[in-house]
Amino acid sequence: MNLTLKIWRQPNAQTKGKMVDYKVTEISEHMSFLEMMDVLNEQLINKGEEPVAFDHDCREGICGMCSMFINGEAHGPDRGVTTCQLHMRMFKDGDTITIEPFRAKAFPVIKDLVVDRSSFDRIQHAGGYISVNTSGNTQDANAIPISKHAADEAMDAATCIGCGACVASCKNASAMLFVGAKVSQYALLPQGRIEAVDRVKNMVAQMDLEGFGNCSNTGACEIECPKGISLENIARMNREYLMANVKD
Amino acid sequence: MGRFFKSSIGRKYAMALSAFFLMFFLLQHFAINILSVFSPDAFNEASHFMGTFWAVQYVLQPILIFGVVYHFVMGFILEAKNRGARVKKYAKNNGAANSSWMSRNMIYSGLAILAFLVLHFIDFWIPEINTKYIQGDMSGLLGDGDGFRYYEELVHKFVNPLRVGAYVAAFIFLSLHLMHGFSSAFQSAGATSMRKEKLQLFGKAYAILIPLGFIFIALFHHFNH
Repeated sequence: MNLTLKIWRQPNAQTKGKMVDYKVTEISEHMSFLEMMDVLNEQLINKGEEPVAFDHDCREGICGMCSMFINGEAHGPDRGVTTCQLHMRMFKDGDTITIEPFRAKAFPVIKDLVVDRSSFDRIQHAGGYISVNTSGNTQDANAIPISKHAADEAMDAATCIGCGACVASCKNASAMLFVGAKVSQYALLPQGRIEAVDRVKNMVAQMDLEGFGNCSNTGACEIECPKGISLENIARMNREYLMANVKD
Repeated sequence: MGRFFKSSIGRKYAMALSAFFLMFFLLQHFAINILSVFSPDAFNEASHFMGTFWAVQYVLQPILIFGVVYHFVMGFILEAKNRGARVKKYAKNNGAANSSWMSRNMIYSGLAILAFLVLHFIDFWIPEINTKYIQGDMSGLLGDGDGFRYYEELVHKFVNPLRVGAYVAAFIFLSLHLMHGFSSAFQSAGATSMRKEKLQLFGKAYAILIPLGFIFIALFHHFNH
């Protein structure tokens, strides 16, 4: 198939960017979106032009590196997939595809389609962990019974790959689905309860500090999340946050 | 708790709490207004009670005014902050693919409701405050002393078709606001049961039936007087 691509080009963080049109030809419908981008970049390199910078790593939907806002949606029009798993069969011959970086004040553009998502790392550092102190008499985690329901919910929350599609899709650029998933992952398990109060307070404080917007419950994040993280995690974070402040 | 209400989640709770109060107020406002359709006497009695009972006037009314002002002011503050969280807009954004129109446009339905409230205050609240607290007439009686004034004042307001049109339009915006607002308030408050169909369905029914009821009252008095 032959396509017209409208791609955001921005040489670096300091320079203003703009949308640039490109034509790509003989794209197979079986290609992934990133493979299509590789074809474009080969064309550009052969012509002596600067290739389009975009994030990618595992190319199997688990690392959370690939981003891109494609035709008005994070990771494109397919559901439950990252951009690396989006296939060209989702598009038609002759289509014009608009490709932009994830946009948020807390995700500044580094170059072209690459954004700095280290704000997520800083939120994780603020509390997205459990302290495992090796005192010599630490209990084996598997010896603590956990209900199937709690284990399943914690596992579902833990499938968040931190790609930032929730922020990119939210009209308010809110990170609450991401933070909600990270808080829930630990809040549901006994090992996570020990530091639960500090965790939710510190992670929410860091989220606010990074300049993300407020959640207004549109549900766009849940729909666009490649891992199907539920809004229930935001509700749980809200409850955790309220209780943490009441206990103070 | 001071820091709590300055945080993003604290503000969500505060918006949800004011929304719960306003939704409860709306329900009781409707319950009294619908009496005007079935029984002018009952409407007059209920209005007089609400207009003169100390707990309503000096406790609930100030809470209501605070709730309304807080909900609007915080709504605008959050909207401004949220817009600031994405300085550069997308060239193409397909919001309809993942969210409802109502959820994305709460600020506009809210602004329409605010415009209506200005009209509504000019129509009813300011004259009421003037009669009771400036002129000092707490009797609730008509000028000639022949019965209560509330029903007459209500009916009189719905003679002008332009005002009726404005009221109908405002209630449509109110319905759109509630379509998202009802479930959103429960979600913000951390309710897990919001995921259950029954409460979702109740929210939709509330968002349609209450504004529709208010529209019915306005049209009923317009066409019957």
